[in-house]
Amino acid sequence: MKKNWPVLLLGAVLLIGLVLPLATGASAPGFYIEVLLGGLMAGVLYSLVALGFALIFKASGVFNFAQGAMVLFAALAVARLGEQMPLWAAIPLGMAIMVALAWLIERLVLRPLVNQEAIALFMATLGVTFFLDGFGQTVWGSDIYSIELGIAKEPVMVLQSVFQGGILVNKEDFFAAVVAAALVAGLALFFQMTPTGRALRAVADDHQAAQSIGIPLNRMWVIVWSVAGIVALVAGVIWGAKLGVQFSLSQVALKALPVVILGGFTSITGAIVGGLIIGVGEKMAEVFLGPILVKAFDLAGGGIENWFAYVLALLFLLVRPEGLFGEKHIDRV
Amino acid sequence: MFYRENGQFKSTYASDQQMLPILQDRLFMAGVLVFAFGAVPLLASDYLFLSLLIPFLILTLAAIGLNLVVGYCGQISLGHAAFMAVGAYAAYNLVLRVPQLNFLVVLVLAGLIAAAVGLVFGIPSLRIKGLYLGVATLAAQFFMDWLFARVKWFTNYAHSGSVQTAPVDLFGWIVDTPVEKYLFLLAVLIVFTLIAKNLVRSHIGREWMAIRDMDVAAEVIGIRPVYAKLTAFAVSSFYVGVAGALWGFVHLGSWEPLAFSLTLSLNLLFMIIIGGMGSLLGSYFGAAFIVALPILLNQVPAWLGVPISTAMTSHLEFMIFGALIVFFLIVEPHGLARLWAIGKEKLRLWPFPH
Repeated sequence: MKKNWPVLLLGAVLLIGLVLPLATGASAPGFYIEVLLGGLMAGVLYSLVALGFALIFKASGVFNFAQGAMVLFAALAVARLGEQMPLWAAIPLGMAIMVALAWLIERLVLRPLVNQEAIALFMATLGVTFFLDGFGQTVWGSDIYSIELGIAKEPVMVLQSVFQGGILVNKEDFFAAVVAAALVAGLALFFQMTPTGRALRAVADDHQAAQSIGIPLNRMWVIVWSVAGIVALVAGVIWGAKLGVQFSLSQVALKALPVVILGGFTSITGAIVGGLIIGVGEKMAEVFLGPILVKAFDLAGGGIENWFAYVLALLFLLVRPEGLFGEKHIDRV
Repeated sequence: MFYRENGQFKSTYASDQQMLPILQDRLFMAGVLVFAFGAVPLLASDYLFLSLLIPFLILTLAAIGLNLVVGYCGQISLGHAAFMAVGAYAAYNLVLRVPQLNFLVVLVLAGLIAAAVGLVFGIPSLRIKGLYLGVATLAAQFFMDWLFARVKWFTNYAHSGSVQTAPVDLFGWIVDTPVEKYLFLLAVLIVFTLIAKNLVRSHIGREWMAIRDMDVAAEVIGIRPVYAKLTAFAVSSFYVGVAGALWGFVHLGSWEPLAFSLTLSLNLLFMIIIGGMGSLLGSYFGAAFIVALPILLNQVPAWLGVPISTAMTSHLEFMIFGALIVFFLIVEPHGLARLWAIGKEKLRLWPFPH
């Protein structure tokens, strides 16, 4: 148990933070649960983006900064295609575009840079980010677009008998949570059950060993970037339906970064759990801690959710450098 | 034929340790200095100064700072614009609250404050490495962005959150024309480059490089990782803080918290990657490239006579910028400084192939 004390510590601190507003009576139970649910929903979407990061890092050791740009690109593609054709056609077409994109990235960026240092590859994905941001808006336009999923947007009141005033729940958010869960389950099955999934895990474990037993590294990379592209598309569609498809969507990725380091770069579980922790944590902090800080330091408005996730991840990494579920790395000379 | 060290013997320790051991290098450098101090102020237009040369000089200073921690010590930082912001706001508040201070003192104090902040955000580097650290340093970026936007004291309770500064006053010399700004910045940059050059070739620089090349091995041979990493962060933040103060006071004049956003951090990183990590010369090349590229890209449609809307231009700019970065990484992952070194080597042998 001694090994796990940082995790327990984090859990304890978060729990205290979670319970405090309720225990001190600072918020009504109904409102409190609404905030909690809102945080969980945001967390699911962070998890989806973080999942894309984790997949690519696991399989190719590339820290893909372009994941956010991919989310924006995919959402733009679906939104604009959706104007021409029904959604059931636009989404598969968008997926095909993301696969083509993955293939192009592998061909034009990753393959020439094979065997370079991690930082060079990271910088290359930064270049890809800039390119995709520009390219997406050149091809698809730079206005705000909407994606209609055909789900009622008005919130539903539930549990009116339990809490005074009930709880407002958005149907769309529920849909998002279900889709995310299905996607994660599907990915888990894909990784565990199919030969391709096994090959991907082998590549993730050791590039050279995988290659020496005949696993085609390049094809695996195309596959994993395609999967990440499709995950980005799902995240983009859900997020886009909620907030509208616009440039700020690519900033979502910046929120997913602390999720990945909190969960551990290589862990899919970590991406999901980390996403939920950060989603709930930052909503709670914004709603309950924010006003206290504003009052205490006479701030010009809250907005602490901009950095809360990062500081949380940073503090946690100080006690557990490999993240929640990351593999412990032993250095040898 | 002309560029070779034949016959240049080092007979004293001093001559063995000089910065530019080859006579031709010294002559070349003297030529560059004469050109930069003498010819450029006469030749360049105000537009060239304001949009190209002044940003270039300041960002070079910042790039050198970032290069010290990323290129020499191997600790990735994605949040260095935050330390620029610290420097800028520290200088603003020092000038505002202690007006009798000389600007040079303000500059050094701003750098020291930035160094202290950098030290705090450098602490994670003791535990975290590589890209984990890179992401963790983003915490500095977002926290500082928020701090300067929200805490009113830093901006002296300005309503819009933007701050204004008076022109720099150096012992009665008001630095306000473009040429004066250029000369002042050039002098500052040269002083700081000399300091950096001597830092990286002294014991502290060698410790940084040992940590960069392999931290465990460095620790085994007796280098203190805590000391090496934290000094790298502190010195780097000092440089970047000074650059930030100059960026605010000399280049911008008035600025908002957004002036030091993540984009600037990433641009600084691009500079040292394209210029060359672990090379001071590379910081110059990289800064020149990143400053000049958007200006060039803006001109191209006009030259070609193709009418393109401004929105389209900015999107195309993004695309070309991204593509060029990938292209550079593929063609020369060690940066422009490496091309320079190859060129020098070729020149040494010329006209013979070997």
